[in-house]
Amino acid sequence: MTDFAKIPDSLFRFREKKPTSEADTVAANQLTFAQDAFRRLKKNKAAVFSVVILILIVICAFLAPLLAPYNPNAQNVPFANLPPRIFGLPINGLNGFEKFRGEWVDQYALANVPAGQNYLFGTDAFGRDILSRLLYGTRISLTIAFVAALLDLTIGVLYGLFSAMKGGMTDNIMQRVLEVMNGIPSLVLVVLLLLVFHPGMLSIIFALAISSWIPMAWLVRAQALRLKNLEYVQAARAIGVSPVKIAFSHILPNMLSIIVIRAMFSIPSAIFFETFLSFIGVGMKIPNASIGTLLNDGYKVFRIHPTQMWIPAIVLCIIMLAFNLFADGLRDAFDPKMKD
Amino acid sequence: MNKWIAFITKRLFYMVLTLFLITTLTFFLMNLLPGTPYQNQAKLSPTEIQVLNEKYGLGQPLGQRYVTYMGNILHGDFGISLQFSDQKVTTLIGSRIGPSLQLGIQAMIFGTFVGIILGSIAAVRHNTWIDTFCSTFAIVGRSVPNFVVAVVLQFVFAVSLRMLPIGLWDGSFKYTILPTLALSLSPMADASRFIRTEMIEVLGSDHIEFARAKGMSELRLVFTHGLRNALIPLVVVIGPMTVSLMTGSLVIENIFAVPGIGEQFTKSILTNDYSTIMAVTVLFSFLLVFVLFLMDILYQLIDPRVRIGGMK
Repeated sequence: MTDFAKIPDSLFRFREKKPTSEADTVAANQLTFAQDAFRRLKKNKAAVFSVVILILIVICAFLAPLLAPYNPNAQNVPFANLPPRIFGLPINGLNGFEKFRGEWVDQYALANVPAGQNYLFGTDAFGRDILSRLLYGTRISLTIAFVAALLDLTIGVLYGLFSAMKGGMTDNIMQRVLEVMNGIPSLVLVVLLLLVFHPGMLSIIFALAISSWIPMAWLVRAQALRLKNLEYVQAARAIGVSPVKIAFSHILPNMLSIIVIRAMFSIPSAIFFETFLSFIGVGMKIPNASIGTLLNDGYKVFRIHPTQMWIPAIVLCIIMLAFNLFADGLRDAFDPKMKD
Repeated sequence: MNKWIAFITKRLFYMVLTLFLITTLTFFLMNLLPGTPYQNQAKLSPTEIQVLNEKYGLGQPLGQRYVTYMGNILHGDFGISLQFSDQKVTTLIGSRIGPSLQLGIQAMIFGTFVGIILGSIAAVRHNTWIDTFCSTFAIVGRSVPNFVVAVVLQFVFAVSLRMLPIGLWDGSFKYTILPTLALSLSPMADASRFIRTEMIEVLGSDHIEFARAKGMSELRLVFTHGLRNALIPLVVVIGPMTVSLMTGSLVIENIFAVPGIGEQFTKSILTNDYSTIMAVTVLFSFLLVFVLFLMDILYQLIDPRVRIGGMK
């Protein structure tokens, strides 16, 4: 048996230093909650990709006056129902040719469109450029969705916070009111409001906001009730901080992520509702374009000129998909365990 | 038992209150409406309008009309359609409930069923390509509006392949296939997403581990232990599902020319047919309130954690 104590020092050597592993470095610099969430979000490829797409779409939509090649409402009947012509692209259907009785016909030649004049997405039944209308329409649809989501967030948060902070009888009554209102189908409410007010952007925003703030109010109340009894809030109350200040600077910031996630989900549903309303004919009024009215116009001529419906439909699907993926990503990043 | 009676009475009270509110709201909003029911008709002389006003009771003061209207509703009388002359609104709508209800129920059953299967598969094969596929399907289903799907389905199966009828309704099953598919997309997406999250949680719990350790087959594990527990919370999505089906019916029935409530509703909105709009509004609200009521009771019955005794 070897006597370990008698091994000469010369036989020992320093062990090679291992490169520090990733886990060590993460532990080394502390991440705040937001940084941590952001790190998780960045790992979610679908969410990152959606953000990029969304930013591009929002920029395009809001730069519509600069980007649109034509006036979106200018009618030019001789050039009506032209198929898309993307310069230099030799694919039938995208080069100005359209199938007519089984044969590909150059519609641009038939309409005597000058050689240099291209309509990337074609024209509609009044000869209006679909690309320009789509840009302006996306702008309107997005504005409606953003403002409606912001409004319903504001109403919901204020209602929920107030109800939770007051407590007691006030809370009880406010919750019963919510329960009763929850029984009113949002469709019915929106349609009624749109019938009474002149249909247009403002009334759509108003109707959407009015009919969709209830879940937000519930969410905020539940969160506020939970946070209200935590020690730091009790401490704040003990040193005499006013309830309003407690609500806005101690309770609200701690549920911000949940509110943001919920709001992100309400944007695509507002977009859906706007297109839906315009599609059935109670939404935006002519000649203003929104994605919904474009779909409606396209649907009318779908059998003959399918691209007029495909294009807004695809754009709509991309926007909805991107918002949903981004909202999903946000939710997973901020709270992997949170459920809908 | 007493708690049940109290609970149900309370719920019924809210039901009635909600319906009363929505009826009142609808009535007064309808009377603020711009335009008159005669807008779409040929030019009418003032005398003719006066005669019509008297016939439909539009000449009386608002308050009196409100009282009459509410009284009539209690007797199941929603008045006469302003657009389809001399048609009672109840008969007009009554003949249209059938197709809508059939489509709605078919879509709900089919959508939930497929959604549960997709969600369960995704949860069992958590973090594999199968999961990604099912989840992607759910997100696409949630993102693509049902009217776009309806148009595409109609184009592919009815116009191009000529396999199924383009639209209309003669009561046979083949006319219901395409509208049902289009409608079922959103319940499908909702259910599959919901079941997936629930299942992942349930399958990770101790009692599942224990059953697995005892040597229970994976299939039985998923069905008898996993799905059973995951299904309970699904009850809460029935309400939102009903809402989305109602909304969907408006466009889907129009696209497939189904003679249902949704199609009637859009028609009456576009023609200022007040009495029909009001009746459909009340009908939709009643349906939703009723479903929420059933949902509450069902939830109490199946989930022992929310027993009434535990409520304050």
